[in-house]
Amino acid sequence: MDALDVARWQFGVTTVYHFLFVPLTIGLSILVAILQTLWHRTGDEKYLKLTKFYGKLFLINFAMGVVTGIVQEFQFGMNWSDYSRFVGDIFGAPLAIEALVAFFLESTFIGLWIFGWDRLPKRLHLATIWAAAIGTNLSAYFILAANSFMQNPVGYRINPDTGRAELTDFVAVLTNKVALITFPHTIAGAFLVAGSLLVAVALWHLIRRPDSTDTPAYRFAAKFGSWVTLISATAVMITGDIQGKIMTQVQPMKMAAAEGLYDTESPASFSVLTIGSLDGNRELFALKIPYLLSYLGTGDPNGTVSGINDLQAQYTAQYGAGSYTPIIPITYWSFRLMIGFGLAAAAIALLVLWGQRRGRTPTSRWLLRAGLVMPLLPLAANSFGWIFTEMGRQPWIVFGEMLTRDGVSRSVSLAEVLTSFTAFTLIYAALAVIECKLLIRYAKAGVPDLTPAPEPDDTDDAERPLAFAY
Amino acid sequence: MELTTIWFLLVAVLFTGYFILEGFDFGVGMLLPVLGRDDRERRVLINTIGPVWDGNEVWLITAGGAMFAAFPEWYATLFSGFYLPLLLILLALIARGVAFEYRHKRPEASWKRRWDHAIFFGSLLPAVLWGVAFANILRGVPLTADHEYAGGFFNLLNPYALLGGLTTAALFLTHGAVFIALKTVGDIRDRAAALAIRVGIATAVLAVAFLTWSLTIRANTAAIILAVAAAVALLGGLAAAYARREGWAFIGTAAAIGLAVATLFTALFPNVLPSTLDAAGTLTATNAASTPYTLKIMTWVAVIFTPIVLAYQGWTYWVFRKRIGVAHIPRH
Repeated sequence: MDALDVARWQFGVTTVYHFLFVPLTIGLSILVAILQTLWHRTGDEKYLKLTKFYGKLFLINFAMGVVTGIVQEFQFGMNWSDYSRFVGDIFGAPLAIEALVAFFLESTFIGLWIFGWDRLPKRLHLATIWAAAIGTNLSAYFILAANSFMQNPVGYRINPDTGRAELTDFVAVLTNKVALITFPHTIAGAFLVAGSLLVAVALWHLIRRPDSTDTPAYRFAAKFGSWVTLISATAVMITGDIQGKIMTQVQPMKMAAAEGLYDTESPASFSVLTIGSLDGNRELFALKIPYLLSYLGTGDPNGTVSGINDLQAQYTAQYGAGSYTPIIPITYWSFRLMIGFGLAAAAIALLVLWGQRRGRTPTSRWLLRAGLVMPLLPLAANSFGWIFTEMGRQPWIVFGEMLTRDGVSRSVSLAEVLTSFTAFTLIYAALAVIECKLLIRYAKAGVPDLTPAPEPDDTDDAERPLAFAY
Repeated sequence: MELTTIWFLLVAVLFTGYFILEGFDFGVGMLLPVLGRDDRERRVLINTIGPVWDGNEVWLITAGGAMFAAFPEWYATLFSGFYLPLLLILLALIARGVAFEYRHKRPEASWKRRWDHAIFFGSLLPAVLWGVAFANILRGVPLTADHEYAGGFFNLLNPYALLGGLTTAALFLTHGAVFIALKTVGDIRDRAAALAIRVGIATAVLAVAFLTWSLTIRANTAAIILAVAAAVALLGGLAAAYARREGWAFIGTAAAIGLAVATLFTALFPNVLPSTLDAAGTLTATNAASTPYTLKIMTWVAVIFTPIVLAYQGWTYWVFRKRIGVAHIPRH
């Protein structure tokens, strides 16, 4: 074990952890904004109750996303300083723009939304949640453009004197075809999580307390969430399909690693699962769908998909001796788990809609259990998607330009990075427990009662308690 | 003006904004156990910064991002070199940020007490460590010819840097007390005003000592003028606090922090991280900078968006301009 390994583990743990909160922030901010807009348009109190209820869950989650996000920005300089030196001219710009354009918008207007219920006119207050939601979604674009440069570097040149990458075309970086398709794929994945959370919580109340006066609110939330889940699952599939074809062009090794395809095939089949080893030597059983990998990779059922061996030989000739192959079991299984968990969430959403057909209220205990695990499925799918896309790029940190092992900080000792990795893992684990408990507590509490507490008559306006306070 | 100079200025402005704004957040956090005698008072204190602390912290994220984009070498060397202090700052900011949001989510006293600790230490630690970090930037650190940090953690804990840490903590404490006096009503306001003066006098002594020491390390005429202005602003702020002119007092402490940070950056220029080891290792605004093309794009982005950000953040402070007191804290 050396500092490089620990730095990689830290990046993996902190990034996957950060991205447990981000999808909910991205998706739920918009969904809460929609609920508040519905209340604004119809005046129906159930939408206000749902806004406040899901808004509370949103904020419990939002705080975690914010604080774990600062670590991400600092980590590049702390653990990956040679990477930062190499790409800073290009990579720093989207990060700085993300902060200036998106994070300020998000955090300032979230503050206005939380504390503004009794301070702002209704319309303006509604606008604040939309501004925050737009800020959140904008931030995703800039950080994905930065990540896409690592997958498919464009708009740059290598300065022969300094050996560093220099920006030559910023528009090319922002319109990187990988970024343009990764953004909708990631956003759709985020809505998959948010929609599932809506369903899970509403279903719990519907089945546990069918006689509640708030049943219409939960019915709406379950239905709304199911549709969001289904529509976003469709969007995830369509964008994922396009992404696969772009990946086959720009990172053919990643596609080969996703399948564990050692020899170039045309047509290539897609294995749903493989029992045995993935190196082609001891394959005990594999369930294969013919033509599918060719279609996923090229759009043509008979298209050629390059195998790992050919690509390895090609890269050795191009970049010199060394292994250019990712860890196949990780890419193979993370790719399948990503797809499988995503589809499972969509299937449950269908069941929930079926359970509510023609005004029925679902009563099935099985559906309740399925609904409760539902938000975990797209969360897992998102995590495996990121593990796939980052591990599939290895051994590169910037594809074709810099190896991961060359990007690590030289001045940081093993002891230092171990301290940091341990500290983050411990504090993150503790906060995960606290956050989950709080989410469950507030999810169980249900939608709020909106009847205002009686005010003593002699209280003048200046002395009235705040509508919201920490 | 050269693009690299503009970006040196912009990074300086972002850190200055960060220290002025999050400075009083840190001060409020450190004063939580001092001025908040019971739960309702502590809630008053937290709610003075409730709507704004998150937006204030984005100044740091933007400053870090701007440093990365405009001076990648500075960002890379500084962040990998000041590893443990930055790690502690990150851990503190995590605990503190979550604490604001979670503290009132459960009624148990033990739960709240734990988060109160997180707020206190999560404010104290960065308040000290930012001073340590910036003092070391001005003093210089051992850098190899290829700009790698060659010192250890304890290199950063020299007496000058520790004085810097004490000074920033004291400045933020005074700034926070003045802010609380400005934002609250009743008993808590009086106690905050009284405390601001007592802490403020000690702060003035520390600040004068630290700035004088700083100017003996490196100085130019502009930095000396700024340091004197910082001291005058602090004393003016304290005089205003004594006269219970709380708005002026706040302007005074805000200006003192801003001018003190400006002093350090002005004394530092054109270096961004001097080397005490190999002179070739010294990072300057020129040799640490990105290409002119990147700087030009970033300048356009900054010119367009900074005024917008300032406008809506300023508006937020206007929306939440009312003073609050225990009567405003809901029972639940």
